[in-house]
Amino acid sequence: MQAIAAGLSFVGRRLMQAALVMLAILIIAFAVKDALGDPLREILGEAVPEAQREELRRELGLDRPWPEQLARYLGGAVKGDLGTSTIYKRPTLGVILAKFPASFELVLGASLIVLLFSVPAGVYCAVRPRTRGAQLILGLSVLGISIPVFLTGILLITLFSVWLGWLPAFGRGDTVRLGFWDTGLLTWDGLKHLILPALTLSSIMLPLFIRLVRGAMLDELGHDYVRTARAKGASPLRVWLAHALRNALLPLVAIGGLQVGTLIAYTLLTETVFQWPGMGFLFLEAVTRADIPLITTYLVFVGLLFVVTNTIVDIVSLMLDPRIGLEGA
Amino acid sequence: MSAEMVRTAPRALLAFAAERPGAALAAIILGSIAFAAALAPLLAPQDPFDLTSFDLLDAGRPPAWLKGSDPRFLLGTDAQGRDLFSAILYGTRISLIVGVLAVAIQAALGVPLGLLATYRGGRVDTVVTRAADIQLSLSTLMMAIIVLALFRAGLGGESLSRYAVPLLVVVIGVAEWPYFARTARAAAQVEAVKDYVRAARALGGTGLGIVTRHILPNILSPLIVLATTQIAGAIMAEAALSFLGLGMPVTKPSLGTLIRSGYDLMFAGAWWVTVLPGLVLIAVLISVNVLGDALRDLLDPRRVAR
Repeated sequence: MQAIAAGLSFVGRRLMQAALVMLAILIIAFAVKDALGDPLREILGEAVPEAQREELRRELGLDRPWPEQLARYLGGAVKGDLGTSTIYKRPTLGVILAKFPASFELVLGASLIVLLFSVPAGVYCAVRPRTRGAQLILGLSVLGISIPVFLTGILLITLFSVWLGWLPAFGRGDTVRLGFWDTGLLTWDGLKHLILPALTLSSIMLPLFIRLVRGAMLDELGHDYVRTARAKGASPLRVWLAHALRNALLPLVAIGGLQVGTLIAYTLLTETVFQWPGMGFLFLEAVTRADIPLITTYLVFVGLLFVVTNTIVDIVSLMLDPRIGLEGA
Repeated sequence: MSAEMVRTAPRALLAFAAERPGAALAAIILGSIAFAAALAPLLAPQDPFDLTSFDLLDAGRPPAWLKGSDPRFLLGTDAQGRDLFSAILYGTRISLIVGVLAVAIQAALGVPLGLLATYRGGRVDTVVTRAADIQLSLSTLMMAIIVLALFRAGLGGESLSRYAVPLLVVVIGVAEWPYFARTARAAAQVEAVKDYVRAARALGGTGLGIVTRHILPNILSPLIVLATTQIAGAIMAEAALSFLGLGMPVTKPSLGTLIRSGYDLMFAGAWWVTVLPGLVLIAVLISVNVLGDALRDLLDPRRVAR
């Protein structure tokens, strides 16, 4: 009973923290927008008489002191209004959300590849460290870590698109609309377009996760309970998978979740190489064309992803291992 | 370093090279690339920064071993007719300089902070450790992308081009100080309880003197190993940023910029403009990483014994 109360108070505290961080991110976004963007010029253009400028300035509330403007920005943010894109002339959040499915499906594809390969490969390298297979996997993972993600993409394109002509090199291909979600997963063309980008993105995460799984497994295999389980007559495979791997996965959830910033950066690079119409590609377009509202909205959105993931990881870690975080509660 | 060590060092290095041929090969590759990059002004047949020294008529020549090549251009030319060999030499130079300087900043910030945390302990230690955690959770590449993107959107591509080198060095340098702080702190804490430190303290040494004169020299090994892998990371980060158009400009290309500017030509069949600088970048990164692994084994005897 006490443990549940402590757990709930931990979750409550964690949610408070998340809200505070989001507030800080919004204030930074407001400051950036305030310092870099001139909404009047964006709306009216350069050649507009001063009187008309003044009028619009008053109308938009830009002549008010900045605390009032900040309050207005935060009020809008709560309702999902973070400004209007100067390129697209539409609400920025809508523009970004329209690109979200593309990025999400790319990350999903890469994550599937990583999950499918990293766990077996990592476990194998831990339980059979001296085999040639394990050496080969670890050698390849050094190679994978050493090659920047955009170069992996370029090399894959060179090989499979330019030289062999097997797979498409850019774009998402045919997509199907499901409500608000544009998916490329339901058409053969869309899936074909996903292969190279997903492989590219996974190439940088896979070595990392193989090493993590291997390291965590090695740690677990050294524990007494593994020897006890073996002594009781459990088969090695059962000990590895049912006991050691289960415990090894816990730190992995935490470390994997904390990499979300890096993952977003790698996704952005992959999208650039493959001209994948996702959020990262959109962000770079916004940067090139100095669309300040779109840029700040992207920052807020990425910040939100970051905060939500970290909060979920903390809470999930707590549920998987009640020892974490309760001492201070 | 004692005279004894200086005398036996070459033989120890040779023995190590025989034991780890991969590391020796990496050292030779990295050494030649760095040497060629350092001597770029002497070795390069052309000044790639001087727009008047190349001709659009020479654009898109393939490397010497392909059909249609021109003997003047060993590795072919890019879309502007720039000699790719010269561009790669100068580009490698910029990549290496940015990487090394960024890591210098990381170390200059991180090592003193880590030592300070050990030496002061208590609240200072807590603050440094927490700050390091927060900084690391922000992801270097994402932070660098955001900072440079805001710089570019706010002040324009012109200013970004002008200040690219210092900006990249500072952004990559500041983002990763925690690695040096953590390593310095962990190593210093191990040293701080050893007898020689106690002896120095008993002899009346002050905290700062003990840290700089006694502890720092004894924690250099892990810091050197860390610096090696950090340089690979910094070079990779610079290349990624330049590839995104947020780093070195086309007029002063690093390897990342060359890869980016050649990328458009790839579908026109001129794959070399992108792939060749890419291969040089990969060679540098793999060599540095392999050397880092070898250095770790060389400087940390416990790992070799395993």
